[in-house]
Amino acid sequence: MILLPCAWCGPRDAGEFQHVGEALTRPDPRTATPQEWRTYLYLRDNPCGWTTETWYHRMGCRRYIRVERHTETNEIRSAVPAGSTA
Amino acid sequence: MVANGHRSPARRAAYPARYSALGLLRRGLTHEEWPPAWHAHALKGSYDVVIVGGGVHGLAAAYYLAANHGITDVAVLDKGYMGSGGSGRNTAILRSNYLTPEGVRFYDRSIELYRTLAADLDYNVMFSRRGHLTLAHNDSSLRTMRWRAEVNKAEGVDSEVIGPAEIKKLAPFLDVSDEARYPVLGALWHPPGGIIRHDAVVWGYARGADALGVHIHQNTEVTGIDVAEGRVRGVRTTRGDITTPVVLNATAGWSTLIADMAGVALPITTSPLQAAVTEPVKPFLSTVIVSGTLHVYISQTDRGELVFGASVDPFTSYSMRGSLEFIEGLAGHVLELMPALTNVRLLRQWAGLCDMTPDFSPVMGPTPVDGFLVDAGWGTYGFKAGPVSGEAMAQCIASGKTPEIIAAFGLDRFGEGALVGEKGAAAVGH
Repeated sequence: MILLPCAWCGPRDAGEFQHVGEALTRPDPRTATPQEWRTYLYLRDNPCGWTTETWYHRMGCRRYIRVERHTETNEIRSAVPAGSTA
Repeated sequence: MVANGHRSPARRAAYPARYSALGLLRRGLTHEEWPPAWHAHALKGSYDVVIVGGGVHGLAAAYYLAANHGITDVAVLDKGYMGSGGSGRNTAILRSNYLTPEGVRFYDRSIELYRTLAADLDYNVMFSRRGHLTLAHNDSSLRTMRWRAEVNKAEGVDSEVIGPAEIKKLAPFLDVSDEARYPVLGALWHPPGGIIRHDAVVWGYARGADALGVHIHQNTEVTGIDVAEGRVRGVRTTRGDITTPVVLNATAGWSTLIADMAGVALPITTSPLQAAVTEPVKPFLSTVIVSGTLHVYISQTDRGELVFGASVDPFTSYSMRGSLEFIEGLAGHVLELMPALTNVRLLRQWAGLCDMTPDFSPVMGPTPVDGFLVDAGWGTYGFKAGPVSGEAMAQCIASGKTPEIIAAFGLDRFGEGALVGEKGAAAVGH
């Protein structure tokens, strides 16, 4: 079982969350080229190692958190509110 | 009958041993060792073609390069042993009842190659065409089944929608009553589907490729790919460097890591898919049973074990450990379908890595780097596509052109927005 430390609810079973995916910056739709937009839609780093990603606490506080997770061991290094700049 | 033109007496003479009932009897009595099915070679400094990944896709590509195109200066590299990735971890189900015409044509060619594979390779791959049932538990999945059946028929593939009474005849142990939590409303019946021995397919291709002169290098991990002026120049490995003009990336779950070495970005994420097997019981299940709603597929092996698979885990990971959540969920869903299995014990569970694409179709063919080809994005449908992918990639390498059968699966479709939405994939809950 993977425990995700929700920034609001504390450590909770990962089954309560929805994995949103790698943390991305959305390009501005007014200025982005089709190529930039498709890169944002489809291309992912998919590293075997540490990654920064977004999880949604679907069955809890229904807020988003930004998590640093190792994709081979599923070890969690940090979890902060998704919008925070820390 | 020569179905695919691969069988020849000269080929059979090149095998270290031919397998027959008489040979089995003789060796059983004399305890004489079988010769190794393929040879170990020193790593050469250069090859015409280097294939990264020694699973069914990589080995089939090597075999068809040699058998169909006479290109034999080929190395197949694997960081572990042959078939140690998805090829030995899937649930060995073969079918071609997909949803898109591109998908149906492609997988049907694979089934055709699988049908004669044992004779082509002189190796018993134990293909059992026992029929494949995809259950519908709600109106929307019944509608998708109807759609799939019509696309299949239009492409000449045998599929039809059947009702609970006929399902009960095919699989008497299935609970098709109205009392079930998810009542069975109907099913897509696909008689050409079945199961096969996946290790034998890997070994058969490895043995066939080896007999034609291909070098198979196990425990040889690729650590870098040299690219200069937009062209592949060579591959660096833990056993030495290789100069080559052509590299094929056939590494499934690890394909983005290899593509990164060549500077090619792929629209792929890696997630585990878990499976489990029970203790052997008497044969009672003569078809493959799949439920998209319950995320489970069930078949019984020739030894009597029940093999269960599921959909991919709901997050990305390279971890191949099994989880308790999975096994609890799986057991619940299996009992939902077959309550009689309540006292059957599980023997083991495992996980394999799936390289998922946004549209559940593979990524095949050339990339922006000349000489670097991909055969990736195989998600939950890679094993059944092994032969046709090998055949198509071999043709792609030999001719330098993308064959028609994989034209829809190019990497450039993501830039052009021409996705091939394959809602007939196992990962898609209907």
